[in-house]
Amino acid sequence: MTAIEPQAATRNACKLCAPLGACMALRGVEGAAPFLHGSQGCATYIRRYLISHFREPVDIAVSGFSEATTVFGGRDNLHSGLKNVARQYHPELIGIATTCLPETIGEDVGFLLHEFDPGGDSELRLVHVSTPSYRGTHVDGFHATIRALVEQLADGGTAGEHVNVFPGMVSPADLRYLKEVFADFGLEATLLPDYSETLDGPQLDEYQKIPAGGTPVEKVRGMGRARASLELGRTLAESGTAAAFLDSQFDVPRRKLGWPIGVLESDRFFAALAELTGRPTPEKHVKERGRLVDSYVDAHKYVFGRRAIVYGEEDLVVGLTAFLAEIGVQPVLCASGGESGRLKEAVTAVAGDAADDIVVREGMDFATMGEVARGLAPDFLIGSSKGYSVSRDLDIPLIRVGFPIHDRIGGQRILHLGYRGAQQLFDAVTNTLLARAQDGSPVGYSYL
Amino acid sequence: MSILEERKLQVYRKGAEPLQLDCNKQSVAGSVSQRACVFCGSRVVLYPIADALHVVHGPLGCASYTWDIRGALSSGPQLHRLSFSTDLREMDVIQGGEKKLAKALSQLIDQYHPKAAFVYSTCIVGVIGDDVEAVCRQVSAAKGIPVLPVHSEGFRGTKRDGYRAACEALLQLVGTGSTEGIGPVSVNILGDFNLAGEVWMIRDYFEKMGVQVVATITGDGRVDDIRRAHGAALNLVQCSGSMTHLAKQLQEKRGIPFKRVSYFGIEDMAQALYDTAEFFAPRCPGIVEKTAELVSQELAVVMPQIALYRRKLEGRKAAVYVGGAFKAFSLVRALRQLGMSTLMVGSQTGLREDYEELRDLCDEGTIIVDDSNPLELSAFLQEKEVDLFIGGVKERPIAYKLGVGFCDHNHERKQPLAGFLGMLNFAREVYNTVASPVWKLTPRGRKREMARELS
Repeated sequence: MTAIEPQAATRNACKLCAPLGACMALRGVEGAAPFLHGSQGCATYIRRYLISHFREPVDIAVSGFSEATTVFGGRDNLHSGLKNVARQYHPELIGIATTCLPETIGEDVGFLLHEFDPGGDSELRLVHVSTPSYRGTHVDGFHATIRALVEQLADGGTAGEHVNVFPGMVSPADLRYLKEVFADFGLEATLLPDYSETLDGPQLDEYQKIPAGGTPVEKVRGMGRARASLELGRTLAESGTAAAFLDSQFDVPRRKLGWPIGVLESDRFFAALAELTGRPTPEKHVKERGRLVDSYVDAHKYVFGRRAIVYGEEDLVVGLTAFLAEIGVQPVLCASGGESGRLKEAVTAVAGDAADDIVVREGMDFATMGEVARGLAPDFLIGSSKGYSVSRDLDIPLIRVGFPIHDRIGGQRILHLGYRGAQQLFDAVTNTLLARAQDGSPVGYSYL
Repeated sequence: MSILEERKLQVYRKGAEPLQLDCNKQSVAGSVSQRACVFCGSRVVLYPIADALHVVHGPLGCASYTWDIRGALSSGPQLHRLSFSTDLREMDVIQGGEKKLAKALSQLIDQYHPKAAFVYSTCIVGVIGDDVEAVCRQVSAAKGIPVLPVHSEGFRGTKRDGYRAACEALLQLVGTGSTEGIGPVSVNILGDFNLAGEVWMIRDYFEKMGVQVVATITGDGRVDDIRRAHGAALNLVQCSGSMTHLAKQLQEKRGIPFKRVSYFGIEDMAQALYDTAEFFAPRCPGIVEKTAELVSQELAVVMPQIALYRRKLEGRKAAVYVGGAFKAFSLVRALRQLGMSTLMVGSQTGLREDYEELRDLCDEGTIIVDDSNPLELSAFLQEKEVDLFIGGVKERPIAYKLGVGFCDHNHERKQPLAGFLGMLNFAREVYNTVASPVWKLTPRGRKREMARELS
């Protein structure tokens, strides 16, 4: 393979801009309306992107910059936009995320919000987060928003019995699963964000201005009084996260774990819950683990030695790598559009013996991935639907997980976490490989 | 439902009073408009040019959100389906993005060998002071292909201004190629984007009539065809908003007349062909008869099947909300052809004359709305108790969440809905959603069932 000159352009990006992550996080707060301070198109593009994955209405307001706004500042648009959203949506909270435009013209959004008077005896809360799209990715926007919510809402006081959980950008199905696990442990947990219902809701006969569900604002306030914070994501920064803030501001001890994907990472997660609650892992989950390991044994030969390309959000990539390594699949490329600087270390920490043969790439795009992949002889890809063009070019299967899934339905229902999520992933990987072998066989065995 | 004070004049109910509708203005802040931005307008128009490089200059988002999302097909190169961004970072914003843009263009041109490159400016490019024109000139000189700046900063107006910026970029190309081999009975097809292969169907009709198609702008578009588009005798303009500027400019500068046409629905499709035949009749004897024959052949194929669908759909109610108002006219007529009435119709970017035409076309009581939003649209759907909503991806969940059928008539669709065959596909699409048994299980469907049982 000839050396590839560093590209100035990003070709088929494996990331999105920060305001998208902000909007997704804000959908996970009860009664919250996401609001972008920027151009009309930012809200519309992000809405469409989220709608295409979640297949739910996603209303995102925007101040709507014009030429005049760009020259004279966005104060009037911001204020009138907030008033209109308050009037139409009656939110409990408006989360204001900036886009690249106000950040570039140097707008002091914090000050403009301070000046804002919603009128009447409104209890409306405003939370502001800076998410210029030239800094970081959608994942950074997501975490910055969680941090902003906690920083601007949480208060201290006598410690309670509850625990904070920051799950990261997981699926609605993952959030529902986490809540079930906490309930089974009898653990009182505040999950932030929680879009398990707001981005995966039922049929209605009235349009809900703000979909029901989400973490109540009161609970976010109470996060400063929790007895511990659990944050999921091995590539999260040591400082700057919501849990780090609560630790330094309110002495809420913080514990960082990987996304519980696969047996080993899930074991660590369940052990942490057992320790926090003083209870053993509930029988139901012990049994799920038992069945999972049993299935690993049943199918180990179908997957052993197969080579996978893993891509997407960094913490997802780390979790999937842990899972693939423990079933005997060799991850050959672990790639992300994110640039935390911590991906390699995290991948190495979970990959065990497989670590030596993994190419880890941050800041990668899909065009480069396609070029690099040719030399790696992969058997399949695992990641979002955006890898489809690579999978098609290489003529290898794509197993769709994470975000976004734009060419299949049910992205919001994919369960990745815990023993149950690993079971689904394992069955998907195994059956994809079996189907591939079956379809490619001239004999057409009907009994495998 | 409450409509924002600033928006009250953008909603009209057809009654005795004349049309009063405010339109073609900036969206109200915080209204959750369904519109996009200037960049989107430009990107929509130029996207299908399949052998050009499309480079989005700015931070990453704008390029990411427009990567391979449309059903605009190409019969050859697929370059338009790739997403290229200069992915500006904080340091680029501080130091300027010109060098990065020049390097990106130069590398990409070497790698992908395009016939031309379009460089889309996004919001912050103007603000940080990049001289995109100068970079384009310099790269163009070095690489020997046209490198065209598109002034599409998101905040500089509405989507409509983006159409204009795209037309300006196209005008740089038209007139730079040879017109050799172009006959007197020739057209350019403007404003069809070859979604699901529609432009191929339309092209085929014209060729059967003996009309030469010089350039399809921009569906299945090629740079070299666009360069020689000034050789055509007539421009046929669909999607009034996006390409009228180009057509007007070509009329003014090159003396090429244009006609507004639509290829949606039986009536409009046939009208487009007859209008073209009539235009060429003096210099092409027999063309009108040939066209009539073509139309009757096509109708003979589709009409019996459409009639079957009509029997099932008769009396059902629809709502329409689309980007350009011109498409709404065709849809109202096409729905009528299926025996359905349109009780709400609106667009993102309609002009006063468009809405006047819509008013004349619609029944009493129809709601006409400009630049609407989810709260209004959902309220209208409920008020009018429609069975079908026609729109794009952003409208779809509004319909579905409320248990209303939906038909995608936007750029993402993968089903050809233009032409005579397209009308049959449209009828089938409408039927497939309206007649689905799933509605019976939804809260709205159950309510309706109960009401039916009671009566």
